[in-house]
Amino acid sequence: MRVCIVGCGAVGSLFAANLAQLDDVEVWAYDASREHVAAINATGLRLSGAGEVIGRLTATADAAELPPCDFGIVATKAMHTDSAVAATAHAFTDGYVATVQNGLGNEETIAKHVERVIRGTTFPAGKIVAPGHVQWDVKGDTTLGPYDDRTPLDEVQRLADACTRGGMPCAAVADARGPQWRKVIFNASTNPIGALTGLTHGRVCERPDLRGLVSGLVDEGTAVAAAQGIELDADPEALIDHAAKPEVAYGHKASMLQDVEARRQTEIDYLNGGIVRFGKEHGVQTPLNQAIWALVKGVEQSWQQ
Amino acid sequence: MAAVNVCVAGAGTIGSLLAAHLGRVADVSVLVRREEHARALNRDGLRVSGRADFTARVTAAVDPAELPEPELVIVACKGSDLEAVADRLVGEFAGATLMTIQNGLGAEEIVAARGPWPILSSVTFMSGTRHSDTHVEYVLDTATWIGPYRATTAGSASAVAQLLVSSGLKAESYADLRPAQWSKLIFNATVNGVAALTGLPHDHHFAEEPVGPLVHALMEEGKAAAAGACVVLAEDPWEMNVFATQRGFRHSPSMLEDVRAQRPTEVELINGSLVRAAQANGVPVPLHEAVYALVRGKERSYS
Repeated sequence: MRVCIVGCGAVGSLFAANLAQLDDVEVWAYDASREHVAAINATGLRLSGAGEVIGRLTATADAAELPPCDFGIVATKAMHTDSAVAATAHAFTDGYVATVQNGLGNEETIAKHVERVIRGTTFPAGKIVAPGHVQWDVKGDTTLGPYDDRTPLDEVQRLADACTRGGMPCAAVADARGPQWRKVIFNASTNPIGALTGLTHGRVCERPDLRGLVSGLVDEGTAVAAAQGIELDADPEALIDHAAKPEVAYGHKASMLQDVEARRQTEIDYLNGGIVRFGKEHGVQTPLNQAIWALVKGVEQSWQQ
Repeated sequence: MAAVNVCVAGAGTIGSLLAAHLGRVADVSVLVRREEHARALNRDGLRVSGRADFTARVTAAVDPAELPEPELVIVACKGSDLEAVADRLVGEFAGATLMTIQNGLGAEEIVAARGPWPILSSVTFMSGTRHSDTHVEYVLDTATWIGPYRATTAGSASAVAQLLVSSGLKAESYADLRPAQWSKLIFNATVNGVAALTGLPHDHHFAEEPVGPLVHALMEEGKAAAAGACVVLAEDPWEMNVFATQRGFRHSPSMLEDVRAQRPTEVELINGSLVRAAQANGVPVPLHEAVYALVRGKERSYS
């Protein structure tokens, strides 16, 4: 089996290095960072932290070098999906392309360029500490499912089995929208509140007025999911309260807060913006998500002043 | 005729602009918080640049008992300092009329609770930049609106408006100030809140996608809250917003300046008073509640 990781940042690297442990899987990685690519090809892709792994794989910043692949795993930031998949689509003419990205709309974007798409959502996290070296912060599960009937569940299962054997626990399910929307609702209801206030997750949750706003956002997202017949696989409210505990993620700065502090474009269009868009399509009002989306877009605009 | 005696309590930007201008037509004293501020004002006077260019003589002190008895006291401190300033006026200036000029709602009540003075309400649209303890730049020469609040009349409001006009400022008086106060409240709660949260100065972004529709939705909620309080607005706050963004001048609202400097904001008097008034009248304002909660959260992030 040949697998290409499209976007070999932190999450992409977790998949790439772990899959490269398997004798029956040949791993390629496509990434825009030439330093990262050169380091991976020279000394392998190293993970440290939650697991110590060195993966041997072939990395390239030139999509034309990619051979035909059985599977793609897209792990770019959501705003780079379109360009990354457009560049690499030729490698997946006969293959399947999975997304493990944040947010809503990635499957639709991928399907503009390739025939067979796999929906996915993943919880492991890490960060790049140096070219060729990723710190693995959190282990976690991945859920994959067919995007539409052009993708048989058996093929999804084949990729999920490989990920699990490689050390990235992964389930194949007929409908992966439940876990995907649960994660999107969690992120959309908490990340931008941290980004707009500068508060960590726990400090947001201990303020009744902000916690009430978080619940208002959760309610809207849940209503949009329900209007599509999506059943969440867990209650976002319980996950939010769990994460606020001191021993879990009280002091965690949401990734969107880190983006705002570094003045990097955020994924707001794919989180709250996605909930607003799907809400419009299904006749569900989402005024709070729309307001939060507009405020974070305003933050991004303020950097161009 | 003897000159009027006016005391300006609080010499921030608005207080300094008022004290300096009035110093040209009245005997002006200034109540300040810091000794060195009082000394500098007594020594150097108060300079105005920008829309006007002059230096006025004023008498300043940190203790109200050291100041001459005024006929008019303009309480001009920031809303976040109002309770502390009002506390220092307890038992002072028995013969004076007090006028509040803070943003938001509720400044009059805070002052009224501390003494039996006759009270005037006012809102101001002028703005400036404070360069030092003794120098303020006059930036926007828009009007101050004055109305009666307690034991005062349209006539006493009109007399103070005339005094401000004679000093070179713009002012108008109204028999009922609430329509103007609410127009400004809705405008301020929206523009200050959105600016503080996004970092955007009040410019064209506030009338365009993606921020403009949120600004409009906040204005609509505010208008519903005003209707719930039986107030017919003097001006449409969305039109005030569009007009202000077309001036070609990128004003940084005070709440944006405050969060940039990690200072306490006026969120309670502005956003908080709008939300509380709406809730008291049973008008839902979920977007204003969100902005209010977010700005309060941002203040908490300083520490």
